[in-house]
Amino acid sequence: MKAPSFAYAKPRSLTEAFDLLERPGAKILAGGQSLIPALNMRLSSPELLVDITGLKDLSKIEARDGVVRIGALCTHTMVERSPEVREHLPLIADAVAHIAHPAIRNRGTLGGSLALADPNAELPACALALDAVLVVAGKKGERRVPAAGFFKALFETDLGPGEILVGAEFPKAAKSVFLELARRQGDYAIVGLAGTSRGGDKRIAFFGVAATPILIKPRSLDEAKKALPMPNGDLYNSPATKRHLAGVLLERAWTRL
Amino acid sequence: MGKAELPLHTPGTKIDRGYIGESVPRPNAARLLQGRGAFTDDLRFPRLAHVAFFRSPYAHALIKKLDLEPARRQPGVIGVFDGRAVAEYCTPWVAVLAHLKGIKSPEQHAIAIERACWQGEAVAAVVAESRTQAEDAVQLIEAEWEELPVVVDMEESLKNTKTIHPGFEDNICFKREHDTGGVDDAFAKADVVVEDTFHFGRHTGVCLEGRAILADYNAAEHSLTVYHATQAPHMMQDIFSRHLNIPEGNVRVIAKDVGGSFGIKVHVYADEMATAALSVMLRRPVKFVADRLESFLSDIHAREHRAKVRVACTKAGEILAFELDDLTAIGPYSVYPRTSGIEGNQVVNLTGGPYRHQKYKARMHVVFTNKNVTCQYRAVGHPIAVALTEGIVDLAAQKLGMDPAEFRRINLIADDAYPYTFPSGIKFEKLSHHKALDLLLKITNYAHLRAEQSRLRQQKIYRGIGLAAMIEVTNPSPAFYGVGGARISAQDGATIRLEPTGMVTVMCSVTEQGQGTEGIFAQIAASAVGVSMDKVKVITGDTGVTPYGGGTWASRGAGIGGEAVLQAGRALRSNMLEVAAHILKADKAELDIAGNAVINKLTQERKLELAELGRVAYFRPDTLPMDFQSELTVTRHYTPRQYGFTFTNGIQASLVEVDPDTGFVKLLKHWCVEDSGTVINPMLVDEQLRGGVVQGIGAALYEECLYSPEGQLLNGNMADYLVPMSGEMPDIVCAHIETPTLQSQLGAKGVGEAGTAGAPAAIMNAINDALAPLNARVTRMPFTPERILRALKKV
Amino acid sequence: MDQTLVVTLMVNGTQVTRSVQPRQHLVDFLRDELGLTGSHIGCEHGVCGACTLRVNGEIVRGCLMLAVQANGCRVDTIEGLSDSKELAKLQKAFHEKNALQCGFCTPGMLMAAQDLVRLNRKPTREEIRSHISGNYCRCTGYQAIVDAIEEVVNG
Repeated sequence: MKAPSFAYAKPRSLTEAFDLLERPGAKILAGGQSLIPALNMRLSSPELLVDITGLKDLSKIEARDGVVRIGALCTHTMVERSPEVREHLPLIADAVAHIAHPAIRNRGTLGGSLALADPNAELPACALALDAVLVVAGKKGERRVPAAGFFKALFETDLGPGEILVGAEFPKAAKSVFLELARRQGDYAIVGLAGTSRGGDKRIAFFGVAATPILIKPRSLDEAKKALPMPNGDLYNSPATKRHLAGVLLERAWTRL
Repeated sequence: MGKAELPLHTPGTKIDRGYIGESVPRPNAARLLQGRGAFTDDLRFPRLAHVAFFRSPYAHALIKKLDLEPARRQPGVIGVFDGRAVAEYCTPWVAVLAHLKGIKSPEQHAIAIERACWQGEAVAAVVAESRTQAEDAVQLIEAEWEELPVVVDMEESLKNTKTIHPGFEDNICFKREHDTGGVDDAFAKADVVVEDTFHFGRHTGVCLEGRAILADYNAAEHSLTVYHATQAPHMMQDIFSRHLNIPEGNVRVIAKDVGGSFGIKVHVYADEMATAALSVMLRRPVKFVADRLESFLSDIHAREHRAKVRVACTKAGEILAFELDDLTAIGPYSVYPRTSGIEGNQVVNLTGGPYRHQKYKARMHVVFTNKNVTCQYRAVGHPIAVALTEGIVDLAAQKLGMDPAEFRRINLIADDAYPYTFPSGIKFEKLSHHKALDLLLKITNYAHLRAEQSRLRQQKIYRGIGLAAMIEVTNPSPAFYGVGGARISAQDGATIRLEPTGMVTVMCSVTEQGQGTEGIFAQIAASAVGVSMDKVKVITGDTGVTPYGGGTWASRGAGIGGEAVLQAGRALRSNMLEVAAHILKADKAELDIAGNAVINKLTQERKLELAELGRVAYFRPDTLPMDFQSELTVTRHYTPRQYGFTFTNGIQASLVEVDPDTGFVKLLKHWCVEDSGTVINPMLVDEQLRGGVVQGIGAALYEECLYSPEGQLLNGNMADYLVPMSGEMPDIVCAHIETPTLQSQLGAKGVGEAGTAGAPAAIMNAINDALAPLNARVTRMPFTPERILRALKKV
Repeated sequence: MDQTLVVTLMVNGTQVTRSVQPRQHLVDFLRDELGLTGSHIGCEHGVCGACTLRVNGEIVRGCLMLAVQANGCRVDTIEGLSDSKELAKLQKAFHEKNALQCGFCTPGMLMAAQDLVRLNRKPTREEIRSHISGNYCRCTGYQAIVDAIEEVVNG
């Protein structure tokens, strides 16, 4: 399956990128691990791909004051291997190891994953569980969006036209747990759960259950079970099956929070 | 290494088998390891054009209008053609065979003309300078359709509320009944009757290399050379010749390296015939490679069955009778030239396979649907027959409170009961069911597994052990296809030639897709002639070079091709010794060939290097006697004759752990005991078994082609259709027993499909064994977590 | 007229400059422009691993990278790593253990295996299976592949 025709540009600065994104049919290209398959399958026909991987400042990882800021262009491999992430954000370190396979992780980016907001993806749920802040840049300047307000609908985020996600700030959590059920290693999850505990407060984000990850903040396991979303089904799993599986993960996660 | 004495299976003699029986690494693997193979898509030709197909988005629709003009105007486009245009160069076909009584199928064209009958059927072709340009142009074709009623469900198809093909009175492609008589009586008198209904999900081959064909027509010669990733080049030569109206001798089919086929690439595909027709029409080479999305839509599917089975037993556990009602859904056409009736036919033939019983009744229907076409895929029918047999046998054992191994022990045909005629009519030469069971119980440490299972159950860890005994069809004679009128050869030939420098070239009509055909032929040839393996070159897959033969299918390469190579090698050796006798002025009877030289049989002394023999025979025949002509190229053919099919036997075991909360199945280990007669290369056999087992695991746990009620394929890509990957697979222990066939000097039976035949049954039985204490049972493959959770009543 | 861009990259140690369409992925570029047909196409959606190659020292899916994105990069294919002998130990082990049949997955599989070998750990069989879990093989049962890699990583 060969991709349809499109033009390509690689800006050297954010300003240049914003200008290019104003052109008709312009789309951001970063790691390309989700976009290029869609292009190859002719599911998408942008007119111009704006390759932002030349923007160097966007691939840093910094830990400061209990918050780890990860640049949007950090590849999953960079995140997986980062000592800061390993030490301060074990949830993210765990989650990233579940993303596809090494060859994909070497190119796919944290920003790409958050901006695409695939309902079965790991990182959006982690962002919710950790109560992260997404940093968005546009022609009008930078703005900060809490994760809880970022994932709006199926493949839809708070990113406006011409805006670029430049990073995410993840506050540490005292305890965290990441669980995912997938038929095969590296597959998108059937259902998954990213959970954190800070003080007595628990944040549990389910993914693979709805158009966006679903966050609950239960005070007890009973409350959590009642708050379990009724999921959408998929090709192989009815809503009832998914709900059951989400419940199983919940019970397994609870003891670790 | 020495030479192989024949027959290899002569009991009581000490035989030097040469390389036969050795785990020699395959010589032709070296180029594949360096990415220096030559797969069909790797080939470059001058003026090579590429074709992409406009495929029906509907499962069943009349093609009211096709506007090809917008596509014709696109950059790089050479031509755009509909079914009528291609039909002027390629005649249609009907896939029926005389020995499948009553089988019917509509005519199929290379490109559909009036009506598309499945989603993905090609209705127009774009030929362009590049595949990319062809795909761009395909998008611009405008079509008007009139949707027709769609039949997707097999039971609905059988009921015939909607008949798919005008002119047919029903949707039945083929039906068969078999009755030994006395069956109802046996069931009435039985102490125990168990019955169950098993469902098998439609799935497909997913070869990593897509189907590939490059047709090169030479207008000056009216000749066609086709580079084709096919298992059966001679069969395709005949088909291209007849349907494109080119004399047979002017058609040459060459199979280069093939990236896996498993039966997928032994059939005639409409889009491939169209590609060849387009080359003739356009008078230039045209290539088609099915991309992955096309593959899912149009590579043959297989194995969609609903099987109701009953078994009658005495209270001592002896099987009295089997009864089967099998329904299978194919596509809208029977596939050419082998027909889509064979899979169901095999299920009828093979049910109850390993077990002693006299009474059998079977009823089988093959029905058309508006889903992709189906045909023979590795192990054809066996996975179904073995699963339903082994599944019902386990159920009977459970009802009787017997250990499944014990139940099988009572019923497996005795090792000394041969030759044996089976209730379905098939004949067994000699099998080793009990020896195989003995070996399996030993290598699995069965008693220990049962004890551990018991212990872990108390900790609420649910492990299951599943057994699957089986028989397998190999080395088929013309009884499979030839008797029905198919121009499919069940014989094969090998030509073997001594080169002047003492090397040996083998040209054989059986083909290679990775199983190691060329490797074992080198082993056999070297052993037969008396040379070292590094002196042997093997050529397969070229109708212009090899003798005429059947190619690869039904696990026949080693048994049939290998025998031809062995006999040709022995004949060449004899001819070489004739020459040597003259050169050495010695008695032929005193001489032998070993280690690349003619030797004195008694003293083992090297008398004449083969390079010297070659030099004299080819460049100095003036020094040989006047009335003597050396013949250092020999051809031998072989057809299995005494048995229509040479059956093998095996038995597998699966150890699983089922998580009753999630329905997930963890495969802990798998064992496979197989008797395939003489084993030429144990290492190759092991990996064939393992690869087959993993394919069977795919069928049992992961793979299903899912269709909507409108006949749309829902999961036709690698992310949504799940194939087994390394992370979830167990280690697989293989063990061999060798009961050679006496029909050949080599004594080799086939083994390529055995793993696939038995694995789904073993997995199913293991899962049900694990679920037994929880009163749950699954019978619908693939066993997804949801299906297991449903059985456990958790959802 | 479709846009074309000039790219310059190092392929197997040799600098190449070509004019490409943005939409052409890296594997098609290598196969069609440079005749390096050792990298194979199995799915073009990044799942099967047949196209796995090495860019700037890291394994990537060649079908999920545009040729234009490889501008200025160092690309190593199966041919290059064979000639440089970097894969020699793995290739020998694969050969001796029959860790390939049709050979179509093999170049990608070797790339993934070598990626693991270069990490210089002593992975368990499970870890080996995990590292190649994104490389589809239909012919073997994966076991011989795991055996071959295990032999090499254990020295």
